[in-house]
Amino acid sequence: MLETTTPPALCPECDAEIRFARPPLNGEIAHCSACSAELEVTCTQPIRLELAPEVEEDWGE
Amino acid sequence: MRLAMTYTRLRTEERLLLDAFEGQGIDVDPIDLRSAVFDPADAGDWRRYDAVLDRSVSLTATLTAVRVLEGLGVRCINPLSAVEACSDKLATTIALLRAGVPTPAVRVATGVESGLVAIEAIGYPAVLKPTVGSWGRLVARVNDRDAAEALLEHRATLGSAQQGVFYVQEHIDKPDRDIRVFVVGGEPVAAIVRHSAHWVTNTARGATAEGLELTDALRSIARRSAKAVGADLVAVDLLECPRRGLLVNELNHSMEFRNSITTTGVDIPGLIARYAASIADTLRAREAASA
Repeated sequence: MLETTTPPALCPECDAEIRFARPPLNGEIAHCSACSAELEVTCTQPIRLELAPEVEEDWGE
Repeated sequence: MRLAMTYTRLRTEERLLLDAFEGQGIDVDPIDLRSAVFDPADAGDWRRYDAVLDRSVSLTATLTAVRVLEGLGVRCINPLSAVEACSDKLATTIALLRAGVPTPAVRVATGVESGLVAIEAIGYPAVLKPTVGSWGRLVARVNDRDAAEALLEHRATLGSAQQGVFYVQEHIDKPDRDIRVFVVGGEPVAAIVRHSAHWVTNTARGATAEGLELTDALRSIARRSAKAVGADLVAVDLLECPRRGLLVNELNHSMEFRNSITTTGVDIPGLIARYAASIADTLRAREAASA
């Protein structure tokens, strides 16, 4: 993501820095450009990322 | 006027919506449903919202939240009845048939043997779908009796109880594409056509999308579909049948639109934000007038 004043977080998969264009919200989805992992923000202060869960049976449109 | 937007994952669509609200100067509180605790007897903090736009990716979370909130008198976008009618393919079929909206023929059964009868009543190839599911998951084209017997047995043995409902749809020999019309506030606002060499023309399954001009026929069937389920916001998936013309395949109450803004040139999140705000404004004004 873009350069901002929001402190970067680390990708839990490859330790690459993930930057946010604005302060993220809980549940926000992010992508690691280094390892392509799909990540989810699980804490905003400080920002913590976890691997996003696999699609569940009741997910959709 | 105050709005909330509920979600369980803040995907691109939800971020675009928050940006749209902010761009229009509309106050909205994003609320992660996973952290919410509801009291069905007391609206509590929810009382301050004139309307709630639900954007949960989890149908279970949506149904739970909207059911409680509507019970507490909170206006939800979409209403519970629309979510229920769109999220279950059998309920969608019934709503469309009642409204006289053209849709593929369907048979439903809850046993393996009756499932086979249902498939053979539709004829081969038939399409077997779970009644609840999205993104083309577990949708199967059944080409012959051998495949039918295997699929039914596998679903009955390996699937959840819900997979034991065999929803069998007529296979439409469409061109290598289907059409999606986006409806906001009951009015069609944009359309895309989705191309795929695979018979499942779903972008979640690799189909590519491009903008499509909204014709009178598309507007009419999309409008009637939205009305049939009472939806504020809905994406209407259409098949072009060589014999019967446009048929409504499915309705989506929590539409994805990230790839349809550039392709259609329509600011779909902006329209949704404006619509949600107009609903909240109207309700706030009505409440003020009755006070």
